[in-house]
Amino acid sequence: MSESFDPARWRPAAFLPEQDARDPALIFAIAVLCFLACLTALGVIAGDRAAHGWAGQLTGEATVIVRARGGETPDAAAARAAETLAGVKGVSEARALEKEKAYDLIRPWLGDVSDLEDLPVPRLVAVSLDRKQPATAAGLRQALKAQGLDAVVDDHQIWIKDIRQAAGVVRWTGAALFLLIALAAAAVVAFATRAGLAARRDVVEVLHLTGAEDGQIANLFELRFARIAAISGAFGATAAALAGGLLRLVGGGQGITPALPIAWLDLLAVLPCPLLAAIVAAVAARLTARRLIQDL
Amino acid sequence: MRYGRGPDVLSDISLSLPRGSFHFITGPSGAGKSSLLKLIYLAARPSAGTVRLFGEDVAGMTARDLPRARRRIGVVFQDLLLLDHLSAFDNAALPLRIAGHKPSEYRGDVAELLTWVGLGGRMHARPPTLAGGEKQRLAIARAVVNRPEILLADEPTGNVDHEMALRIYRLFVELNRLGTTVIIATHDQDLVARSARPVLHLDKGRLKPLPPQGPTT
Ligand SMILES: Nc1ncnc2c1ncn2[C@@H]1O[C@H](COP(=O)(O)OP(=O)(O)O)[C@@H](O)[C@H]1O
Ligand SMILES: [Mg+2]
Repeated sequence: MSESFDPARWRPAAFLPEQDARDPALIFAIAVLCFLACLTALGVIAGDRAAHGWAGQLTGEATVIVRARGGETPDAAAARAAETLAGVKGVSEARALEKEKAYDLIRPWLGDVSDLEDLPVPRLVAVSLDRKQPATAAGLRQALKAQGLDAVVDDHQIWIKDIRQAAGVVRWTGAALFLLIALAAAAVVAFATRAGLAARRDVVEVLHLTGAEDGQIANLFELRFARIAAISGAFGATAAALAGGLLRLVGGGQGITPALPIAWLDLLAVLPCPLLAAIVAAVAARLTARRLIQDL
Repeated sequence: MRYGRGPDVLSDISLSLPRGSFHFITGPSGAGKSSLLKLIYLAARPSAGTVRLFGEDVAGMTARDLPRARRRIGVVFQDLLLLDHLSAFDNAALPLRIAGHKPSEYRGDVAELLTWVGLGGRMHARPPTLAGGEKQRLAIARAVVNRPEILLADEPTGNVDHEMALRIYRLFVELNRLGTTVIIATHDQDLVARSARPVLHLDKGRLKPLPPQGPTT
């Protein structure tokens, strides 16, 4: 205890005891919340990408069902429809499918009928649309009608709408979860601030009586909890990135399943976590500390 | 004044301490010496009556005014209120840090002051490892480090030997000579007698001025 003390090398110590900043329970709780928030973010990103992929595939194509009319054979009608459609602006390719394809589609209902040739089975024309300026279903319908073809155009809009809707639900659910987790983190920090103030009432009293402003004291708690949250956030984010990476590896090139494709780049989404956690904690600690100090 | 819903611990007190004066407050334990000091260092408010500090009614002070007034007052608390997790040096430097001074401005002064009160070799020590008298001297160093306009000391010589008590007293006299208003609550009759300073004698919460210099009401 008698080693010399050099005032020139003295650095001001923290007003609040350092050991309070190493509360493992608090660090664990915030880290878990950050982990969950990061997983939510990764889930939303992957879900969004999946929805985009599906919607993109569906937007690029349309299916036209052609029924023969008058004396025309189904094959001839299909061929004429394909030709007509190929000429429409916004269509990059139109191809009449072989009749077997059409049979395959109806076989589940009719059973293995040997003499399908006799049935007036409608034919299908697969249409690939121009990606940039896709033709509308109405445009296709009009062109077919002009040629006197009896046809039904399905541009998959109904599916696309469903997918968009599902993607929207995923996004909003994700946002709500995220908000909920942030609020939970804020509540945890508010609780910890209250406990910290109660445990260090003596320190707060001395600072007060020595002329510290409420804001100065609140600052101590704000900085302390921002730092704890940043560290906890780094733990949680790292864990979430590891979990995401694991899913990616297990799922192979396409992610866990093509349904939830996680890209390596997506893992970067966890990076802002420590900062966000610190901001949430700082605000929560500041508000709590200010209110409690005022009541002292 | 009173604590909570308790009885009045001070009543009928009317006094005015001019700037630059030096007073002792004496009286038996429980007479209200500490309570009177609390009114002055703004740790308590009177339940009736007014307290004026630096020419300003304390009741009119806002939450912003209080810290500014407190920074002009140095206090040696009866129970010292040292921060156990900080070194003696950090404890002594506390008022300067709170007032927003830079370490480079006050490092030397703090070291000098600690040496002067006999803690030169204990600057890194934490209060729990200090002896009673050392703690008391540290609390005194903290109270005077910011050159306060008013110095309030509540039993500042309770735990130190006679020689150190005189030394501390001389420090207070020196500060007073430089313009600080000094008020010392004490039991130390010897010190009071030797100093020939005005005495405010409290008994059961009432003021009974005693010689040598009579009341300064
Ligand atoms: N924090 C407190 N809460 C309630 N009563 C108190 C408190 N502090 C002091 N008292 C009471 O106020 C009276 C005066 O105490 P105090 O001012 O400490 O006297 P002194 O310093 O002269 O010994 C005593 O009766 C004491 O019991
Ligand atoms: Mg007392």
